[in-house]
Amino acid sequence: MATDIRTRPPGDQEDQVVGRGRRQGSRLFRDWYGALGQADANGEPTAYVFVMGSCAEVLRAFDFHMVFPEINSLQTAVHRVSLDYLNAAEDSGYSPDVCGYVKADVGVHLRDRQHPNGVIPRPSLVIATNMCNTYVKWVEIWERMYHCPVFVLDIPGQRGIGWRANPGEAGFEADRRYVQAQLEELIELASRISGKPFDVDRLVQAMEHVNRMGAAWREVLRLNQNVPAPFNAMGDAITYMGVLSAYRGTELGAQYMEDLRAEMEERVARGLGTVEDERFRLHFVGTACYSHFRRFLELFQNWGAVFVNSEYLAYAGGGLDRGIQFDTSRPLESLAEQLLLTGQRSMSNMFFSQDQLADTVRDWHADGIVYHAVKSCRTVSTGMADSREYLVRTRDIPALSIESDLVDPRLWSEAQVKNRVDAFFEALGARKAAAAAGRR
Amino acid sequence: MAVATAPRADGRLEAILDQCRELAEDPDLPAVARWREQHPDGRVIGHFQVYFPEEIIHAAGMLPITVMGAGSRIDAKQADSHIGSFICSICRTSLELGLSGRLDALSGFFTLPICDVARNLAGIWGRNFPAQVSQILYLPQNATSRHAATYLRDEYQRLVGELEAIGGRPIADAALRQSIGVYNENRRLLRQLYQLKRESPWLVTSSEAYVLTRAGSVMPREEHNQILAEALAALAQRSGRRQDRVRVVFEGGFCEQPPLDMLGLLEEACYVVDDDLLIGMRWLTEDVVAGDDPLGALADAYLEHSTYSCVQHDDRKPKEAMLMARVDEAQAQAVILAAAKMCEPGLDEQVAYQKVCEARGIPHLLLEFEEKMTGLERLRMEVETFVESILFD
Ligand code: SF4
Ligand code: SF4
Repeated sequence: MATDIRTRPPGDQEDQVVGRGRRQGSRLFRDWYGALGQADANGEPTAYVFVMGSCAEVLRAFDFHMVFPEINSLQTAVHRVSLDYLNAAEDSGYSPDVCGYVKADVGVHLRDRQHPNGVIPRPSLVIATNMCNTYVKWVEIWERMYHCPVFVLDIPGQRGIGWRANPGEAGFEADRRYVQAQLEELIELASRISGKPFDVDRLVQAMEHVNRMGAAWREVLRLNQNVPAPFNAMGDAITYMGVLSAYRGTELGAQYMEDLRAEMEERVARGLGTVEDERFRLHFVGTACYSHFRRFLELFQNWGAVFVNSEYLAYAGGGLDRGIQFDTSRPLESLAEQLLLTGQRSMSNMFFSQDQLADTVRDWHADGIVYHAVKSCRTVSTGMADSREYLVRTRDIPALSIESDLVDPRLWSEAQVKNRVDAFFEALGARKAAAAAGRR
Repeated sequence: MAVATAPRADGRLEAILDQCRELAEDPDLPAVARWREQHPDGRVIGHFQVYFPEEIIHAAGMLPITVMGAGSRIDAKQADSHIGSFICSICRTSLELGLSGRLDALSGFFTLPICDVARNLAGIWGRNFPAQVSQILYLPQNATSRHAATYLRDEYQRLVGELEAIGGRPIADAALRQSIGVYNENRRLLRQLYQLKRESPWLVTSSEAYVLTRAGSVMPREEHNQILAEALAALAQRSGRRQDRVRVVFEGGFCEQPPLDMLGLLEEACYVVDDDLLIGMRWLTEDVVAGDDPLGALADAYLEHSTYSCVQHDDRKPKEAMLMARVDEAQAQAVILAAAKMCEPGLDEQVAYQKVCEARGIPHLLLEFEEKMTGLERLRMEVETFVESILFD
């Protein structure tokens, strides 16, 4: 594929470009946690939000700090201390069967918000979307702990397979009016809490940043259609996603994503992949196992496999994977419209995924799909076995199912996962060899 | 502790209760088959838990039924390969009903956004039963938005359109008004049943009230109204006597239903004077005044005149306070806080309920259940110990 590297920032050396996304991402991440610590010390307004439907555009207009409890929970696992937090939550009454993200977070709060990455400020406002229903239960926990205002932004999703609603059509417009009315209510609330009047220009500014970020991110993902794929959609991409969430609606975030696009273009131009010899290309469904993240990835990389795309990047990015096009000449209406479109897209990726999965396998030249069911997250896991059965049966797409958890190390069984992974690659290798022989 | 004895019933009441028990437990849905014989061209629409505005299906001349799993009578043999082991049993056995052909009569299946297992069911259903319309009816999760009622009315209007397409004929406002009347009557009778349970629990056991209620989920409500009216009259004539038993509220039966054996076991140990079993059938707490805009009236009732459950967020209905009000109104001494195994919303809420009980000094017992339960003997011991600790405290 032809690649244009003209977007590379002037003066940047090539070897500084490769790996820049990870380096910059880690730095931005540290800065962000640092700012949260400051916010706590200074008592600045802070909103707890989720990666799906963060409402960053509105919050930026009122200078709220944004805390992402899902990222906090994930980070406890990456730091290998999630079990301590899970135990604290279970000791306080939460069942072993409750979502591990919720419990790791409850553990953080039970420990006076002391987190491996720093202290987490108290919430002045809490926003949940219905994009995961557990979000709604989760916010009720903080409501009880902190008596803080809670806002549930309700985004009606796709109603069924084959259901379509496009802007301008009656069904879509009914949903859009509901979302828009709620956004107006959220703006009133945010203004009251922050003590700042609503300035539409600041909203527009944030929306413009998101437009740039979305366009670059979409392109980053598309660049992974190249062979070899320039990044691992379940490896470094987790860092990229962190920045995508935490810096959504900022100049820094937009610039980061544009730099990342340049890096990927550079990698493609130089034919740089993520493994020495890219033998297998896979699409991923679910979330990674963060308590054993490195090992989890190695089990695949050791076979020369790369995750070329992941549904996780679609829904956890709040649907930004296809870009977003705010029309800033009619800001609120457009915000509602695009939140609805991207929100629906995220939810459809979890509940009605079969067609998108098949399209991605085709467009990203994947050899198969890996489904990772996690006990914690029934939102993404309930439909997996059925979706797998459907795609194997109707589209002959090879698929692997494995099971563990996001943050609960007790649910990780390396021997079991490895056996399945190895058997899958052996079969996939044989299938590819047979197909190649058939072509000769 | 008082020894439990079932109240004596006359023959007719016994027959009604047997019939309802059978309807509640029979996975082959005999009442639906009977209705289909009488209405060869009639359509049957299934919906999942918790609340669904059945009046709209009823007004279309169709039979609404609640798909709520299959209790303990079937194995989820086929569904197990479609749904992981960490998913609640109601979802698994509901799918099994479909995969085993028992729901072939359905023209449509609607699920609700109560949790993401339920939302996923729409995709699973659509992939496996492409001949049925399979959708999510998006009830609002932002109940306090000024726009929620308008949105919900629009969503109900959308449902009307879907049903008109399935049935091939329009749904008139007059039909909606008439259906709302039938359901108002149904809810009135159910309120009476629960009042009896609260005031004279020795006249109706908890599982009797349960099967009487549940029968309505698979039969036309007109028939159910007759059954309830007859049963209520007979129950009032019963000769049971008040016993010295602990009065208990059972909380946690809003979606997946505990096995009948478990309810039986509880009522042997105490009076279950109120509960949230099948709360969707009793969601609207007052008569709906259909007026000129029946859909609007239904939407308004859902938001403004309704009870609570852990799958709806509404700042005006703090759930612990609502539970405490239920306890107070029923003059209960204790609470059984149950949750279906693997049920995220139920398990989350259990913690909050436990805290408020602790704060108010209300004895409470935490239980987990699933449709097919083992270990009922151990459960019996737990419940008996719990009740004794209250009686002899
Ligand atoms: S259920 Fe899944 S999406 Fe929802 S909070 Fe838990 S991990 Fe996140
Ligand atoms: S039992 Fe709980 S998890 Fe299962 S469908 Fe019902 S509400 Fe959802």
